[in-house]
Amino acid sequence: MSDVPVRAAISAIVAAHRGQRGALLPILHAIQSELGHVPQECVAQLADELNLSRADVHGVVSFYHDFRREPAGRTTVRICRAEACQALGADALVACARDRVGLAPGETAADGSVTVEQVFCLGNCALGPSIQVNDALHGRVSVDRLRSILDEAVSP
Amino acid sequence: MASNSPVTVYVPRDSAARSVGADAVADALRQAAAGRDRPVEVVRNGSRGMLWLEPLVEVATPAGRVGYGPVAPSDVEGLLSAGLLDGGDHPLRRGVVDELPWLARQKRVTFARIGITDPLSTDDYLCHGGLAGLRRALELPRAEVIAEVTESGLRGRGGAGFPAGVKWKTVSECSDELKFVCCNADEGDSGTFADRMVMEGDPFMLIEGMTIAAHAVGAREGYVYIRSEYPDAVATMRAAIDIARGNNWLGERILGSDLTFDLHIRVGAGAYICGEETSMLESLEGKRGMVRSKPPIPALEGLFGKPTVVNNVLTLATVPVIMARGAKAYQELGVQRSRGTQVFQLGGNIARGGIVETAFGVTLRELVEDYGGGTLSGRPVRTVQVGGPLGAYLPASMFDLPMDYEAFAEAGAMLGHGGVVVFDDTVDMAAQARFAMEFCAAESCGKCTPCRVGSVRGVEVIDRIVAGEDRDGNLALLEDLCELMTDGSLCAMGGLTPMPVRSAITHFSDDFLARDAHAAARTARTSGARTEDTA
Repeated sequence: MSDVPVRAAISAIVAAHRGQRGALLPILHAIQSELGHVPQECVAQLADELNLSRADVHGVVSFYHDFRREPAGRTTVRICRAEACQALGADALVACARDRVGLAPGETAADGSVTVEQVFCLGNCALGPSIQVNDALHGRVSVDRLRSILDEAVSP
Repeated sequence: MASNSPVTVYVPRDSAARSVGADAVADALRQAAAGRDRPVEVVRNGSRGMLWLEPLVEVATPAGRVGYGPVAPSDVEGLLSAGLLDGGDHPLRRGVVDELPWLARQKRVTFARIGITDPLSTDDYLCHGGLAGLRRALELPRAEVIAEVTESGLRGRGGAGFPAGVKWKTVSECSDELKFVCCNADEGDSGTFADRMVMEGDPFMLIEGMTIAAHAVGAREGYVYIRSEYPDAVATMRAAIDIARGNNWLGERILGSDLTFDLHIRVGAGAYICGEETSMLESLEGKRGMVRSKPPIPALEGLFGKPTVVNNVLTLATVPVIMARGAKAYQELGVQRSRGTQVFQLGGNIARGGIVETAFGVTLRELVEDYGGGTLSGRPVRTVQVGGPLGAYLPASMFDLPMDYEAFAEAGAMLGHGGVVVFDDTVDMAAQARFAMEFCAAESCGKCTPCRVGSVRGVEVIDRIVAGEDRDGNLALLEDLCELMTDGSLCAMGGLTPMPVRSAITHFSDDFLARDAHAAARTARTSGARTEDTA
């Protein structure tokens, strides 16, 4: 991706959200949803356009777990590791991801097929263990079920 | 049944129901029904909160709504052949849902409509008592609305339990032109999902509650701060706000009154600490979610430095019914200083997980054993964590504790947001204690040292304890660290992390033996398990 379309896209996003109070978070969400991540080079531009310091913008981007510096894989599998899912074997799901696709939470496959992440609570605590595949929530996930989801995600 | 008016079949659209296949069941129903001679209308309702029965399909019959669950798409043909549309018999038939003991024993007040209505239908909302609270509030002077909320005894349901009316009064007495009403919908505690279910299952109720708050304190603008882990709640709330604006339930001169109030959704970005009210305000302002020192309290200097009501979803969602039925009706429920109902959320290793809304004073045993039916694994219950990741782990010997704010505080525990997470006897409590510290280290905002550094040291000390390294010395050090974090942290994140850690050590000290001894104790425990009470 060349710099010019990125700059233009960011300017358009800033223009669309500028009127909101405390617009930086909605702007960062919009950038991530459009570009797939928050590229480092947007920090200076955002600082400039929003009249903030670069440190302020960098501080916000790096504070929140959601904002990625690199694009995610085509499929993102988020495994809930909060207590309710731990009580039903969330760790076995993490181990399954490690065995099946060689990914620990936070890692993306080299071929860009799948990203495995951990998350602390998806609000599905009565039907755990839970995972989120892209935006879809899955409950009562067995190791077998996760294995087939991962197999499907990595198959070309 | 000669009439050919469509039969109404309900399939929940709540994300928990969808997580176990509700969308596919709804599709299968529509398809299978299309080939038959009876027209069917599929309504996507909220969830009744009997989550172990999801997807719970209900059909409207003259006898009431008959439920079937849990339904898989492959069950649909068989259900229709068995006479589903007339409430016919089938192995999955559960009976008339309103009469099921699990539900009938509850006191549904805040959750009265959830699971019954289509969440985005204004007709449903009005037919089931919606807007009655707001209409009454708009006829009353602001001070009387606040008096009513105060008198009801409603305390913040987000965890801290601060009286809602007192907070509102403080904001209402400020003379600023600009004031805000903020709803904290950053429900990050494990084991809690009631806020999510309110937003997905009855979003207009939350909007109505916030509008009443705006009228009471003189605010013209409000925000709902929803965590990004809840995409369905975000989508439903956004849709509901648009519909509310279109019906003049929000906007200028609401319902013909003098009140002007508008509402906006903000989405968090994956930070547990933003559930803390001052961090949430920082995040709403577009900053890092760093905790603020108090004073000033947000009621006086909150969002953008302006007077701000910050309440949890359940708190605000309970206001409409209080205004509609009067403070007294609500106040009569509950015990001592814990008035009204609490929405308990049963999760983890539990056979019948879901929403139990009941008056305060119910015991943990009733929740876990009677409602919950013990563990899903069928093994004995070993511990229950109440009140989220910062809540205490309680042993079976404490299950008769009544669920109210004061009784829990006295027992060194807290109710928090009402989450109840069950573990069976295979749980390793040293690992759970370590996780509490690890979670704090990962989620600390970093502003104060006891939380930021103490949590990292906590992980290290627990590692040394289970490695068998100077056990007594390190246990003393851990206790010292817990005391420092409790007394020295700026907010509840660092201040409460010692609660799960200390309770694990107090009640499950064997798990903190060196690994070999611990493994032997665990084998002895789990192999002899069946002799213990199996809930």
